[in-house]
Amino acid sequence: MKLKQLEGLLGDLEQFSNPIVELEQYPTGPHIASRMLFTAENSYGDITDKIVADFGCGCGTLSVAAALLDAASVIGFDIDPQSLETATLNAEELEVEIDFVQCDITKLELKGQIVDTVVMNPPFGTRKKGADMEFLSAAMKVASHAVYSLHKTSTREHIKRAALRDFNAKSAEVLCELRYDLPKLYKFHKRKEVDIAVDLWRFEPKHN
Amino acid sequence: MRLITHNMLSCNIKGVTNGFPLRIEAGNVIKKEVDFNPDFIRHMFAKLEWKALVEGARSMGYAELPEDSPDAAVLESDESFLKKLHHALLELHLEEGALVCPETGRKFPVNKGIPNMLLHEDEV
Repeated sequence: MKLKQLEGLLGDLEQFSNPIVELEQYPTGPHIASRMLFTAENSYGDITDKIVADFGCGCGTLSVAAALLDAASVIGFDIDPQSLETATLNAEELEVEIDFVQCDITKLELKGQIVDTVVMNPPFGTRKKGADMEFLSAAMKVASHAVYSLHKTSTREHIKRAALRDFNAKSAEVLCELRYDLPKLYKFHKRKEVDIAVDLWRFEPKHN
Repeated sequence: MRLITHNMLSCNIKGVTNGFPLRIEAGNVIKKEVDFNPDFIRHMFAKLEWKALVEGARSMGYAELPEDSPDAAVLESDESFLKKLHHALLELHLEEGALVCPETGRKFPVNKGIPNMLLHEDEV
């Protein structure tokens, strides 16, 4: 599948109808989502025929992208039942198989080393402080090969240090810097649109 | 929820040490065919918790998997075995039912294929 085609398909997905600000529910736009997954597969072979988990899947944009790039199996995890319903519809619409699990990612206990790759667009920690680190920590425990994640560029040094020192990362690399355009989703947003600099990270866990 | 996902889910209640595997109470199971990829199935075999898979499959109405985990040699030679494994892992969907913690008996409901693993306040 070509990048443009992937981006086009992702652009048609349903998004949050009533986003919950406390969960930092923002859609992952098709531009970012397609590039993220395309890079993961084309540069690293981390998606096709792999078991992919999407942490904080929301309406399932990254999950669907992974499925469209022929992941062997995709599992999306999220705490919000409404988003998971939307994600289920999205998967049906695009005729891809995705398993969804409702849970609190910070309390997740997953057995074994089945998951190859974790992809995620986690909360940035603007509502619940440290949420971004909690997601990264959880992802590093679950992924056997790689974690792809988006974090604010302003937290770059902090993330790198935490990953290498505390979260068992063998490597922590910023693949590229992207502009995440956030539309005015919530009442407290003053500007019509805002552009945030985010890093696309790739982490490799140390093997046990 | 398919068995490939069930194979990694565990009870996350605080203090529980034997939360795996979750017992399946099957209310509604549906079958959906997906393309058979023998290489992937071979590759998966080594990572699976075999007993959990066999018991889970049986709970969902599929009893064709051998009780004991077969030799690696079987993977190379026996395509019908690989197809059974493929069917169990990827083609059986638990739409309605529950996942039950083996230690506490706590039921995690499954609705529209989605297990709800959220804990109550006194369980964290």
